[in-house]
Amino acid sequence: MLDGINLQIADGERVVVIGPSGTGKSTLLRCLNFLDVPQAGQITVGDVTVDAAKARKADVLALRRRTAMVFQNYALFANKTAKQNIMEALVTVQKGSKAEAEERALSVLAETGLADKADSYPAALSGGQQQRVGIGRAMALGAELMLFDEPTSALDPEWVGEVLDLMRAVAERKQTMLIVTHEMQFAREIADRVIFMDGGKIVESGPPSQIFGAPQDARLQKFLKRVEG
Amino acid sequence: MRALDLDYMLGLVPVILGYVPLTLFMAVAGMVFALILASLLAVERVAKVPVLDWFVVLFISFFRGTPLLVQLFLFYFGLPQVLSFLTQIDGVTAAIMGLTLHFSAYMAESIRAAIMGVDRSQWEAAQSIGMTQGQLMWRIILPQAARIAAPTLVNYFIDMIKGTSLAFTLGVTEMMGAAQKEAAGSFLYFEAFLVVAVMYWAIVEVLSQGQKRLETHLNKAFVR
Repeated sequence: MLDGINLQIADGERVVVIGPSGTGKSTLLRCLNFLDVPQAGQITVGDVTVDAAKARKADVLALRRRTAMVFQNYALFANKTAKQNIMEALVTVQKGSKAEAEERALSVLAETGLADKADSYPAALSGGQQQRVGIGRAMALGAELMLFDEPTSALDPEWVGEVLDLMRAVAERKQTMLIVTHEMQFAREIADRVIFMDGGKIVESGPPSQIFGAPQDARLQKFLKRVEG
Repeated sequence: MRALDLDYMLGLVPVILGYVPLTLFMAVAGMVFALILASLLAVERVAKVPVLDWFVVLFISFFRGTPLLVQLFLFYFGLPQVLSFLTQIDGVTAAIMGLTLHFSAYMAESIRAAIMGVDRSQWEAAQSIGMTQGQLMWRIILPQAARIAAPTLVNYFIDMIKGTSLAFTLGVTEMMGAAQKEAAGSFLYFEAFLVVAVMYWAIVEVLSQGQKRLETHLNKAFVR
């Protein structure tokens, strides 16, 4: 499905991936943390390099512990409260103390504007609130690379704004981000670099001014015409 | 046709009541061991460990495919003839063993189905934060599977309480055994067995009340 992808992301860079549905954008993200297992190739995040063909369990875990993912359908742990969702990895994976994890979770919840929802279970939260917890859970990890897999696609239109606002706040801290989204305005505004994918390949990439202002490839031109009307 | 001997029945209640703790002990011990064993079997069935999976399938097939009474006789009367170290096993222990193995086979299948019923996004979220398979299973998947499996597991527990009456055939004097002894002395079989039947029924009814509470507790995270 993915073919000849060669992508480097600098520390602190914000890269947005756009393109038609079913073109491998999500697969690209999911290969980076082995939710989808790549058949061949090499992935490096920070000081961890994994060769896909001979990845061992420990390699996969190491990669996952340097990335954090925000899911389209939020994927909050349904049996845990908002606060526990954020604490979980800090205690279970990073082996931090419970007290420190709780403190961190509460401060992250405050940043996401959900301090009053700390003890709410996901089922009791709106879509927008769930996704903000999802982003908070990823923020708390302190991961080198944050992956956003169409974070607003499943949301009712009324909640999209608050989620994008939170992502802007994350971007302002020079967090390295790789974002798949259909929000073109947001991409234009937040991206250091935009990548256009089609048919499992990177067709064109460059700063938003170039991708949106002076698209070269015919497929990109057609795509932009369609989404921007 | 003769009238029921109500005085005899009333007098029997405290006698049988004295054996309720033993019945409950066997049922609770059997349930605890069966839950542990069934969870391990279910996790194995999901993970499909090579070779081991074959044994687990065989185990489940055998203990689901043969009557509990036959299994109890096989363990209590049969096995000690083959394995000499088993000779000192008493009836209660054999009954708990039998109930554990028998019911774990059934429960493993419901727990496996419940594990498969947990949404895929829960697995992926747990993997994405770098959890090991064990952490993922123990902290995220099993707690959610428990909620799905709870009604079925309580049913098995009810079945197990009633199943303890078979320990009587291994010479254990529990509720059923006590009723049988009383009846053999008084020849009032109908009265004795009616009393014990009503007492099993009462125990199960009390438990059904607990089931509602358990389900409310397990559902608390899912209330909108």
